[in-house]
Amino acid sequence: MTFASANPAAGPATSERLPVRLALIALACTGLAILVIAPLVVVFAEALRDGWSAALASLGNPDARSAIRLTLTVAAIAVPLNAVFGIAAAWAITKFDFRGKALLITLIDLPFSVSPVVAGLCIVLLFGANSTLGGWLVAQGHPVVFALPGIVLATLFITFPFVARELIPLMIEQGRAEEEAALTLGATGWRTFRTVTLPNIRWALLYGVLLCNARAMGEFGAVAVVSGKIRGQTATMPITIEMLYNEYLSVAAFTLAAVLALLALVTLALKSLLDRQHADQIAAIGQP
Amino acid sequence: MHISIEAIAKTFGVTNALHPVSLSIPQGALVALLGPSGSGKTTLLRILGGLEQPTAGRILFDGQDVGRLSVQDRRAGFVFQSYALFRHMTVFENVAYGLRARPRATRPAPAAIAQRVTDLLRLIQLPDIGARYPAQLSGGQRQRVALARALAIDPRMLLLDEPFGALDAQVRKDLRAGLRDIHDQTGLTTIFVTHDQEEAMTLADLVVVMSMGRIEQIGRPKEIRQAPANAFVRAFIAS
Repeated sequence: MTFASANPAAGPATSERLPVRLALIALACTGLAILVIAPLVVVFAEALRDGWSAALASLGNPDARSAIRLTLTVAAIAVPLNAVFGIAAAWAITKFDFRGKALLITLIDLPFSVSPVVAGLCIVLLFGANSTLGGWLVAQGHPVVFALPGIVLATLFITFPFVARELIPLMIEQGRAEEEAALTLGATGWRTFRTVTLPNIRWALLYGVLLCNARAMGEFGAVAVVSGKIRGQTATMPITIEMLYNEYLSVAAFTLAAVLALLALVTLALKSLLDRQHADQIAAIGQP
Repeated sequence: MHISIEAIAKTFGVTNALHPVSLSIPQGALVALLGPSGSGKTTLLRILGGLEQPTAGRILFDGQDVGRLSVQDRRAGFVFQSYALFRHMTVFENVAYGLRARPRATRPAPAAIAQRVTDLLRLIQLPDIGARYPAQLSGGQRQRVALARALAIDPRMLLLDEPFGALDAQVRKDLRAGLRDIHDQTGLTTIFVTHDQEEAMTLADLVVVMSMGRIEQIGRPKEIRQAPANAFVRAFIAS
């Protein structure tokens, strides 16, 4: 009461004065504009500098098509595999107690702390034609480095943490009680996983998969090392973009960059669409 | 079902959760495991249900050693402390879960499952909440749904971990009477864990007082109140 009578115009305790509010809003908008919106606009503007037909023509180039196909193939292999690995790792860490758990958690984070270039070099050292394993694989007709398997391996390594990182905090918070309840009711381990664990983590899993996918399509450093950058064969979209840009083919480079950006935007749009459509359901089961 | 606990011990790493404890629970009894937190009562309950493996000792159900029996095969109706209802399923699906989880050969037909769930929801006096989700229920309703879900599998015994822990006083009183009724109707051997001596004394036929992983006294509420076995029991029931 005393607050209200002392200053009848005062709003809730959390609101700042108008100039402060305007300044903060301006700061946020400027940051967003410079860091996020401007680069996106520039990419699309550069791509369309010579008009739609020039942009579309550059996409008709066989190397560009090969790059798009390769990037989609790599994502299609790496993302489902890492979804499975991520679920398995999160499940093991949160539902069981075992020796070496702390070590496993650290290992999951390793790809975040190791430079992608170093990761790529490790794969070259392990599977390159000069190594024992790599030499044998090449002799069998299955080269890993400078070929699709190497690119997939590098992408798997780089994107490994995304799903697990998304799931672990949620699964820790949910605890083990529901799984234990299912077991006491006679459900097998697999049935418990399918009917209790998986439905409880589905939204976090989806977010993890979307993030993993975005990174899988955009990964440059590790893939650049292992792919050998063979145009039309092992050059993914990010690598082709860099090569085109270095050759001053900026329309072609930015058109491909725009396609990559569009793929990412589609991913984001998909995420927010799912958010909206399932808002009720998400609220009912008490999840993000 | 008669339950016999013979020198059951449990250690977690270097800590002794349970020193060897022995206890015989007659068929159809309503038993309270009473003690402060850390007394080992929940560990003992979880060992009975098959959720923890004892470090030593054995457990007999009607004379049969159940040490090798999996959680699923023990068929213990377990009510968890926070109820552990499946949050993404309706109340109906929660209660039906145990019946639907049975192997195909022994699984009831959908109509029979629906009938059983309806009967159970009537038994817990919440006949109209089948379509709701756990998040839409009050604490007391959740507790009763958890009880119905445990009863659905036609359990050999009921095990309840702090079943009234998270509820306010009036609801607590009502649900105590509810549990007593269900126990008397089903005749199931029922064991519940509590740290509330008044709850144990008013509800149970047999009270097992525990402290620091040991059983301090076993007896009827009256016996324990009139003749506490030692200083700990005397102090604990006075509190």
